[in-house]
Parts: sequence; structure tokens; C-alpha cells
Amino acid sequence: MKVVVVEDSFDPWKEVTAFEATFEPGKVGGSVSFVGTMRDFNDGHDVKAMRLDHYPGMTEKHIEQVCREAGEKWDIIETLVVHRVGNILPNEPIVLVVAWSAHRANAFDACRYVINYLKERAPFWKCETTLTGNDRWVEHNTKDPGVS
Amino acid sequence: MSVSIKYFASMRDRMGRGDEVVSLDGDITIAELWKKVADGADMPESTLVAVNMEYTDGAHVVKDGDEVAFFPPVTGG
Repeated sequence: MKVVVVEDSFDPWKEVTAFEATFEPGKVGGSVSFVGTMRDFNDGHDVKAMRLDHYPGMTEKHIEQVCREAGEKWDIIETLVVHRVGNILPNEPIVLVVAWSAHRANAFDACRYVINYLKERAPFWKCETTLTGNDRWVEHNTKDPGVS
Repeated sequence: MSVSIKYFASMRDRMGRGDEVVSLDGDITIAELWKKVADGADMPESTLVAVNMEYTDGAHVVKDGDEVAFFPPVTGG
């Protein structure tokens, strides 16, 4: 398991290949990844930038806990989570979640579990800057249709 | 005894400070601690609380040296 919180923009695919390079060859049958990126709109407003705050220590601790839970529920080989903090611009990646397993079903389920529970439990807070220059705290995450 | 308190995001704006150390005379719950630092105001319903980086609730009794955090619902991912 690897969990990192980063202040600078990151390339999700470089993170994936770099972590995969540490694996024992021949054991992984598939991986499922989720990349969350910043939109330029939210709740009916145009958004030009965002700042992400977090609670250092508690954030990493709870993401690691969610990854451990996924590992107890499904037979997975590895998980990787990279999450941005600081100042973020539209189109930049905010979060990367990857699960590797011998068979695809476990990787799909584990990846979905980690991103869903990360959004519920990991202490991050988004503060958006709208096109009119106003800063506002995001009060709640958007509910994706079909996500329980 | 004393506890350290952290406020995050809109809670930091509301309180006008990001952290503080509060001296206490004896056992006190999180709900009582909030009233003490918020001039008697009730804790907003959506407030989340952590003690030593674990989620808890208003009935939790704090101990000397605890790190308490008050913050709004999380919005990461």
C-alpha cells in the first residue's frame, strides 16, 4: 500500500508505472484506476481555481485505514492513493486511486470502495474561487448517480 | 490539564483561529469543550470532531494532552 498527499501537480500514469515497477513480476492480472480531476463548474457556478486543505496525519491515517479495509474485503495485491492539496486549477488531477489484483473483479470492487470511503472519511476541504473572484467552501461532495 | 484544539476550513474562519491550547480544571466532554471555546454557542449540527485523529462525538470525555479537532463535512476526492 502506498498513500501520499502531494502539494504539486502530478501525472497519474507516471505514478502508476513507477509503483508497478516495484511489484514482483507475473503476479498481477489487472488493475483498476480512478482519477478525479478538477471541474471548472460546480453547483451552478463557474470555478477558476480551488484550494484543498487537509489535516496532516489524520488524512493519511484514514486513507490507509480505508485501503486496509479494502484489502480485508477483496483479494488484492496492492493499492495506491495519491491526493493533491494546495492550489489546484481546472483539468488538474486531484486524486488517483489504483487497485491491483490477480483477477479484475476484486480490483474493480476495491478501487470503488477506496474512492467512495476516502470521499466520506478523509479530512480534506475544498475552497473554490469562482469567476467573480469569490472564495467559497464546498459544503458537501456531489452525489454521483448510481454510487451507493 | 490542557488540550490542544485545531479548527479546519470554514470552522477556522468561523473561530478566527486555526489552533489553540485550552487549560481545563477537570473532566469535560467534547460538547462542553465546544461551548467553552465558542462563547456558549451550540455546536453546529454538521460539525465533525476528532480526538487524536480518530472520529468521535460530543459525549467523548477529553484527557490531558489530547489533540481535538473541529471541522465541517469533508469534501476530498
